[in-house]
Amino acid sequence: MNDLIHLIAITPWAIALVKIGVVLVIMLGLVAYTVLAERRIAALIQDRRGPNRVGPFGLLQPVADGVKFLFKENVMPAHVNKIYYVLAPTITLIPALLTFAVIPFGSTLGGVPMVIADLNVGVLWIFSIASLGVYGIVLAGWSSNSKYPFLGGIRSSAQMISYELSMGMSVIGVFMLVGSLNMTRVVGYQHDCWLVFKQPVGFLIFLVAAFAETNRLPFDLPESEQELVGGYHTEYGSMKFALFFLAEYANMITASALMVTLFFGGWQFPFIGFAPNHPMWNGVLHIGIFFAKLLCLMLVFIWVRWMFPRFRYDQLMNLGWKVFFPLGLANILLTALILTMQAPR
Amino acid sequence: MENSLFYFFSVAMLSCALLTITCKNPVSSVIFLVLAFFSMAGLFVLLNAFFLAAVQVLVYAGAIMVLFLFVIMLLNLPAEEKRHRGWFGGAASIFVMVALMLELSFVAHHEKLASSPASPGIDGTTEDVGMVLFSRYMLPFEVASLLLLAAMIGVIILSRKEKK
Amino acid sequence: MIQPITETIEIGGSEQPLYGPRSYQVLSGNDLGSQLLEISMGPHHPSTHGVFRMDVVLDGEEVVKLKPVFGYLHRNHEKIAENASYLASMPYTDRLDYFCSMTNNWAYAHAVEKLAGIKVPERAEYMRVILAELTRLVNHTALVGFLVNDLGALGTPLIYAFRERENILDVFEALSGARMMCNYMRFGGVRVDFTPDILKRITHIVDRYPSFLAEFEKLLVGNDIIMSRCQGVGVLTKELAIASSVTGPMLRASGVDYDIRKVDKYGIYDRFDFRVPLGDHGDVYDRLMIRFLEMHESLKILRQALKQFPQGGEHINPEVKLRNFRPKAGEAYGRIESPKGELGFYLISTGGNLPYRYRVRPPSLINLTILEDMCLGEKVADVIIILGSVDIVLGEVDR
Repeated sequence: MNDLIHLIAITPWAIALVKIGVVLVIMLGLVAYTVLAERRIAALIQDRRGPNRVGPFGLLQPVADGVKFLFKENVMPAHVNKIYYVLAPTITLIPALLTFAVIPFGSTLGGVPMVIADLNVGVLWIFSIASLGVYGIVLAGWSSNSKYPFLGGIRSSAQMISYELSMGMSVIGVFMLVGSLNMTRVVGYQHDCWLVFKQPVGFLIFLVAAFAETNRLPFDLPESEQELVGGYHTEYGSMKFALFFLAEYANMITASALMVTLFFGGWQFPFIGFAPNHPMWNGVLHIGIFFAKLLCLMLVFIWVRWMFPRFRYDQLMNLGWKVFFPLGLANILLTALILTMQAPR
Repeated sequence: MENSLFYFFSVAMLSCALLTITCKNPVSSVIFLVLAFFSMAGLFVLLNAFFLAAVQVLVYAGAIMVLFLFVIMLLNLPAEEKRHRGWFGGAASIFVMVALMLELSFVAHHEKLASSPASPGIDGTTEDVGMVLFSRYMLPFEVASLLLLAAMIGVIILSRKEKK
Repeated sequence: MIQPITETIEIGGSEQPLYGPRSYQVLSGNDLGSQLLEISMGPHHPSTHGVFRMDVVLDGEEVVKLKPVFGYLHRNHEKIAENASYLASMPYTDRLDYFCSMTNNWAYAHAVEKLAGIKVPERAEYMRVILAELTRLVNHTALVGFLVNDLGALGTPLIYAFRERENILDVFEALSGARMMCNYMRFGGVRVDFTPDILKRITHIVDRYPSFLAEFEKLLVGNDIIMSRCQGVGVLTKELAIASSVTGPMLRASGVDYDIRKVDKYGIYDRFDFRVPLGDHGDVYDRLMIRFLEMHESLKILRQALKQFPQGGEHINPEVKLRNFRPKAGEAYGRIESPKGELGFYLISTGGNLPYRYRVRPPSLINLTILEDMCLGEKVADVIIILGSVDIVLGEVDR
């Protein structure tokens, strides 16, 4: 065992590849089972049973869904712009998976830091990659060459840009406190007190913006089944349609992971902080803690979706620009004032 | 390794830039321009300027080009049928190109750019960029923000509907 | 009584006659040179409540023109009824508004009873009132669920509503053998008598319903998103509502005190103490609230009816001969307050076994005629909830 670890330790490329592979597999598995969890929790909220036929407790339902999507006839409407129509679902999914790269999902495991890329501009990387996700939706709306997807595409581009701003504003306070954009440093800063207690307003704005960025109810306007039929994915079917949904859930996971890292102390056990030594089991425990926190936040995403009606487009814009944007600026100002007052002279 | 990556990103950026101006479909142009920005971000990474790379993608690819796409979609621009190039346009563009080349070589000659573009000891972190931006380049930075403010107010005035 | 109305009303920024044909000028976009987008919502659209189509012209997200198109579910109901015996049309009336077959049955039976001069025994009248008010509960509960579903709340309130609706449908099934297509009323009474078990079940439902309503109201009425989406949206003015002969909860939400149960006092409605809730603003939120308040009033009526329910008596007038039923020549218009509004049947008899003329006054269709007036200037998402608040069933609109 130690030899193996040693072998991996001297070949950083191999380490990176192993980490990427493992994280990808976990992400996709988590996505598949989030879909199942969403359906079961929705059923629980709505006094129904939910999917419970495939496998014990319906646990094989994601497999059945996957097989169904893969074997469905791949219908492409005649009026679409073929290249972008095929490209759009992929463009939506890839940024959703890429953003996880800089999130530290554990301390160390056998001396290997549990983060794929420990960038010193970690959060900027997340924002810049996440901001590309909108291209998939906009291109899907445009290339479908149809009216409902078009409206959905326009809505999403305006919505994503507006809420990206609020999201960016909300985390500036965090980085003013931490003094670094590096995610590992952010986690290290929270060893005695979670940032959610120091930046409650920032967390609130981030949470709302995360709902808007992931197109989840009550902000699922690009999709809004009731008025736009399916919005940007109206013209999609089979696996291409499924990719949009995988992307939505992957975005949800990333947003939750980001919240865990920025506001809930990352992989640290609540209020205990860094363990001085890092034996193997300690590393595994930290990974477990991270994923437990992640699942709790995902539960919030799922819960909210089945409890609230949707905002109207103009209300959404008003909320973003007239409430959350000024609130974010005020939060930055307040944090700066407090920091200046506390600073040693 | 770094050399080959440099050539990869450069070729990608130049070809994407070329495709941006030759593509007939405006949406394709936008997508190629985004790819060009990406390649440029890759070049920044090679220079250890991580902050600039991230901001390049975040601001240009993530925000500005989305707005471009938004406008193109809203205007429903058709693909260009044929380009009309007069002799004047051609001559003007050649003149501008030559002038630019001369200027660049002049600057390169006088400033004596280091052969290795990444200055040793400077890691393009957020802190370094911020330090330089808020001390040495304070005035240009603030002037640029004023310019943006003026542009913003102008747009608001132009797009505001007349009250009846 | 009815005077020609010559006033004008402002719709979408221009003066239009309150009554009569209107002209809508479709603008060519705003001064920025934008284009209008014409979209066809329906006939297969998730929120048009059936095969209904709206030709919507949008300026951005704003509706500048809306044309309701219906007739996709036209089944020739009225002509078929003119070629079938009086009784044979009874099952067809179930299929008009398939949410409220009991009230449809009653309205038709009421018209025929008026035509043929049939008296209804007291016990049957009580049964009819109980079933009609249960139907009102079913309809309003489901409508609130659908309306909130149209607002984007993915199914949760709807399924809560359906859970309660099931209990009432179970009673209907035990009573008539069918959950929705009851075919239960007959001329001069009802088909089969209530058993003590049915009465017990109905009492149980009536006892339990207020707690469900309290939960439902707590969940929906004070919700900030619902309030901001519904208030001030799709306003229907009192004048326009009266001029376009809107009836039912739609009319009362606009503040017009008009309930046929109070106006006509048909059946035995004069024996019950209940109030008619009225709205102030005539917006979608008022229409939602009116449904809640009417459910409370229906429960009040149900409690009184169950208390006063006669021990003995006939469930149908034994003098009525359903076979070879030939009412004397004449005409009659029978109307009742169905959950959706004034449901009327107009019949002309020439003394034969077939009606000479059979005509339905469907509340859904007539309430739908002012859809454009309510939607102009609103956002595209509002169109859906305005349509949802009108409460249409396409089986009744198209017939």
